[in-house]
Amino acid sequence: MSAFNEKRTTHNQERVLRLSGLEPLVITPESNFINVGERTNVAGSKLFLRLIKEEKFDEALAIARNQVEGGAQIIDVNMDDGLIDGKEAMVKFLNLIVSEPDIARVPIMIDSSKWEIIEAGLQVVQGKCVVNSISLKEGEETFIHQAKLIKRYGAAVIVMAFDEVGQADNYERRIEIAKRSYDILVNKVKFAPEDIIFDLNIFPVATGMEEHRRNAIDFIEATRWVRKNLPYCSVSGGVSNVSFSFRGNNTVREAMHSAFLYHAIKAGMNMGIVNPTMLEVYDDIPKDLLEHVEDVLLDRREDATERLLEFAETVVGTAKESKVDLSWREEPLQDRITRALVKGIDQYIVEDVEEARLSVEQPLEVIEGHLMTGMNVVGDLFGSGKMFLPQVVKSARVMKKAVAHLTPYIEASKDKNTKAAGKILMATVKGDVHDIGKNIVSVVLACNNYEIVDLGVMVPPEKIINKAKEEQVDIIGLSGLITPSLDEMVFLAKEMERQNFNVPLLIGGATTSKAHTAVKIDPMYSHSVVHVNDASRAVTVVGDLLHKDSENYKKSIKLDYESFREKFLNRGKQKEYLSLEEARKNKLQIDWNPSDVKEPSQLGIQVLEDVDLNLLRDYIDWTPFFRSWDLHGKYPDILKDEVVGEHATDLFKDAQVMLQRIFDEKLLKAKAVFGLFPANQINGDDIEVVTKGEEAIFRTLRQQSKKREGVPNIALADFIAPKESGIEDYIGCFCVSTGFGAQELAETFEKEHDDYNSIMVKALADRLAEAFAEYLHKEVRTNYWGYTDDEQLDNTALIAEQYQGIRPAPGYPACPDHLEKLTIWELLDVEKNIGVTLTESLAMWPAASVSGYYFAHPQAKYFGLGKITQDQVADFANRKQITLEKAQKWLAPNIADDH
Amino acid sequence: MQKIEDILNERILVLDGAMGTMLQRYKFEEEDFRGERFKDWPSDLKGNNDLLSLTQPKAIADVHRAYLDAGADIIETNTFSGTTIAMADYGMEALVYELNYESARIAKQVAQEYTEKDPSKPRFVAGSMGPTNKTASMSPDVNDPGYRAVSFDELRKAYKQQVEALLDGGADLLLVETIFDTLNAKAALFAIEEVKDERNIEVPVMVSGTITDASGRTLSGQTAEAFLISISHIPILSVGFNCALGAKQLVPHLEVISAKTEFATSAHPNAGLPNAFGEYDETPEQMAAQIKEYAEKGLVNIVGGCCGTTPEHIKQIAEVVKNYKPRLLSVNR
Repeated sequence: MSAFNEKRTTHNQERVLRLSGLEPLVITPESNFINVGERTNVAGSKLFLRLIKEEKFDEALAIARNQVEGGAQIIDVNMDDGLIDGKEAMVKFLNLIVSEPDIARVPIMIDSSKWEIIEAGLQVVQGKCVVNSISLKEGEETFIHQAKLIKRYGAAVIVMAFDEVGQADNYERRIEIAKRSYDILVNKVKFAPEDIIFDLNIFPVATGMEEHRRNAIDFIEATRWVRKNLPYCSVSGGVSNVSFSFRGNNTVREAMHSAFLYHAIKAGMNMGIVNPTMLEVYDDIPKDLLEHVEDVLLDRREDATERLLEFAETVVGTAKESKVDLSWREEPLQDRITRALVKGIDQYIVEDVEEARLSVEQPLEVIEGHLMTGMNVVGDLFGSGKMFLPQVVKSARVMKKAVAHLTPYIEASKDKNTKAAGKILMATVKGDVHDIGKNIVSVVLACNNYEIVDLGVMVPPEKIINKAKEEQVDIIGLSGLITPSLDEMVFLAKEMERQNFNVPLLIGGATTSKAHTAVKIDPMYSHSVVHVNDASRAVTVVGDLLHKDSENYKKSIKLDYESFREKFLNRGKQKEYLSLEEARKNKLQIDWNPSDVKEPSQLGIQVLEDVDLNLLRDYIDWTPFFRSWDLHGKYPDILKDEVVGEHATDLFKDAQVMLQRIFDEKLLKAKAVFGLFPANQINGDDIEVVTKGEEAIFRTLRQQSKKREGVPNIALADFIAPKESGIEDYIGCFCVSTGFGAQELAETFEKEHDDYNSIMVKALADRLAEAFAEYLHKEVRTNYWGYTDDEQLDNTALIAEQYQGIRPAPGYPACPDHLEKLTIWELLDVEKNIGVTLTESLAMWPAASVSGYYFAHPQAKYFGLGKITQDQVADFANRKQITLEKAQKWLAPNIADDH
Repeated sequence: MQKIEDILNERILVLDGAMGTMLQRYKFEEEDFRGERFKDWPSDLKGNNDLLSLTQPKAIADVHRAYLDAGADIIETNTFSGTTIAMADYGMEALVYELNYESARIAKQVAQEYTEKDPSKPRFVAGSMGPTNKTASMSPDVNDPGYRAVSFDELRKAYKQQVEALLDGGADLLLVETIFDTLNAKAALFAIEEVKDERNIEVPVMVSGTITDASGRTLSGQTAEAFLISISHIPILSVGFNCALGAKQLVPHLEVISAKTEFATSAHPNAGLPNAFGEYDETPEQMAAQIKEYAEKGLVNIVGGCCGTTPEHIKQIAEVVKNYKPRLLSVNR
């Protein structure tokens, strides 16, 4: 061993026993007694033995789970029985346990008297186990050999007080064997002393035999000696042995176990096998019973045994209830199903699914309803890191079991003559072994009457192609979780194109994304490519793709991906830019026609004081309200969201109460100023506004990123008729605020330390300001400017901006330049008219305010400026007659890096 | 040559960056992978990066040089997939010894050149031992959770062969890395112990796990601390994490092991998280800034890079860490 590793370090990890399952178990001197679960032991449990013999592993696992749920911190697994193949059963059962995260989180004690079974067990468990047990029974050579291997496998070990002579049955023999074993392990094998656990043999007392009288006290005293003289080791034992003579009298046994543990733990026994249902609380043992029991355990009286036997006759045994918490079984059906899926418990899923089946018309509804609801919860928990992969695998298995139960009913409910709705090939691509997602999608599709050809994992492309041809599949689904899989998918799409395939290609798996699918895969294949990342969507997508009128759907998908690709590439960072001059040449060319321009009904500036807030209620867009509270989802769906729905609903209720109070008590004031003016585009990117004989000029910025053929580089000025067209056009600008009173109101809450309502007020004021802007825009369109009068739009349509004209705001994507607010303020005399001011950094005060322009042309649309280059910055500075530094400062976020 | 155990007390050692990312720059095609020797090989060989040690040895040596120039103290052999298990994809099981031997030899030769040039900064070769493409404690078949695609013994034998070849070729250390299933790593460690025992030698061993998802667990479900406990039974040089996450995301996990182990700690993260195209785009400056946090917090003794990192990343990292003391190890050396 190198010197380096022998050294203690400043981290000086104490020499304490550290074990692990999926989670650590660190046993320090301060730790409470470590309870080892012992029901998964064929020697100790008839039920477990029967289940293993009958290969009912599901139920056998349930026993292990009960142990862990019941508080076992380690579980002992023993398969030593003449009628079973112990090695095979050990490996099988441990492999199954490892797939059950609820069980595998605790360390495992591999328990056998046969070395080959122990070694087979050590080879299948990733965590640090405990071997139970080795001893000097067969001499030092075997002992050393086994200990070396245990060390190399990375396990702790229980050493029985047993040697070539036999089992230690008194104090001296116990310490003699313990000391000898310890010295061999620590000095010869270099076994870490903290990884040694002694089992000092707990034998029955009160047997009537003279030589058994000291069995308990010798164990306790030997424990004390070992803990004192053999540094860092632990002491363990099987407690129930001690009360063996009182079989049938549980009251006495329970008292005996507790009293024994009480003294043994004080002496240093720090772990052991105890049946928690066979344990009384020490302080609850009746005093007279305790005295009799302790007389026996501690060998305090000659006649202790007789006295206890006599006393035992008078004690009535009461059986204790098992303590597995099954209260969840009382919950509503959906909750039970969801819990079973989340926890991966398959014990009751069949009965629950059956109950669900009887409650619906079509068995399929159970899958699409109950089960998918549960799986969505699983998906959300996984996505947010609250579940991890092995647990999800378990959920998938419960799902599978549920579906298996339903399948015959689904088959039966089908028209006998219908054939499968379509044949779908599913494969995890070459080089990738992950298939959970793929399997879930397969299951769900199979349940929806599709025939699934599952090629498994790591499938090479040629196999996918050949199989697809051979089976004449209708759709190919590819899955992958690791990044190289993405290239495999691209490759396969190319191959499909080359080989003249025309079936749709589905892409799914954790690393896949709509972006990658749209940008890299879709262009390789001229037929449909769809990214499907959750099972519930797969059914709809496949349904649409295989529908006999699927052409429109396919076309729309193709277009969707094309536009997505376009958008995505436009924001990519490896961009090319046009010079400002080139960009201007590629401006949006509107074919100006006097009939497209409507003269506003009311030109000039108008001020609206104290608008009735009630008018704004219907214009509120609630989605951003929730986002401001970090609840993500679209209103109103968010109120029913599985994860945040409850929270969102409460918040929404509180918001309504506050809103009503604001309305009733007129706590906020809504004010607006706006103006509509004659205007023309001049000098390419400027808009000249004429008002009261004066002139104001809005400076707009032009997109410079290189566009695809036929796509213009837009500036807001493009939406206004150029002066040289001879057409007199118009522009509007506005500022609205609902913030008057908000700060004061928020402060009153803050004074009462009510931050919740303080934030609520501000969030609502912001929403009202946006609603006001929306409302005013509508009034302008239909009334003050009056270029449309046939608008019949509900709020959803308004939010979706399904109307003619736009109201872009300085500081937002189309015109990120805040400086233009100054022009608006001057033009509308905002401060004087309604009192909204601009801060040094050009933020509006009160904060709940919105300002912007109105453009009315039918081709006016929202866009993002994107990055611009230095030539435009210089040009802009020049036009605005400000210094280049000032322009650079204000436009900084939009200036492209140098190339 | 100074012992690596001693140098670890003096400064933070720098491990190299990604081999694959650098090899991609050569844009090797099928015929380049094949070379003359494997021109008639029955299966596709493109993508078998380990094979390039035989068919494009100059490129491998050049990548090593680039990392040594950047300031790496330790370079990894080009043997991430050098086991019979991983090479079965290409039918190249019989070449495993040679692949490992040659890769170690090339790395050692280059490392020696640099050590001779500047003996005050000795360079070490770490034999890279990847996780293979099979998992020993998880079933690839969701319907049969008790099934295993590979056994402990199969892994142990495969790793043993790799260890022997790496050591014969001149590797100074062994690096068991990108551990997604701790049982695979335990088989590797078992094999290493066997070889050490049989040859009666000591070899410093670095162990590096990978935390794969938001739950902060390995793919096989262990927490960082459970992982640490599961591999601490043999004397190792260092324990740490690599791959999967970027430098930033590794911090909490490094904090756990740094606080709970006596071994040295290491980290060689990816250049950020992969973007939608599986590319890594954290710049050398960004990554070095993150690594600086490790150093400031005293979390690490060895740092380097995994997927997506380049000599420029390593250079920046080396620049940053040279200003910091390593995580405190032994008091009584």
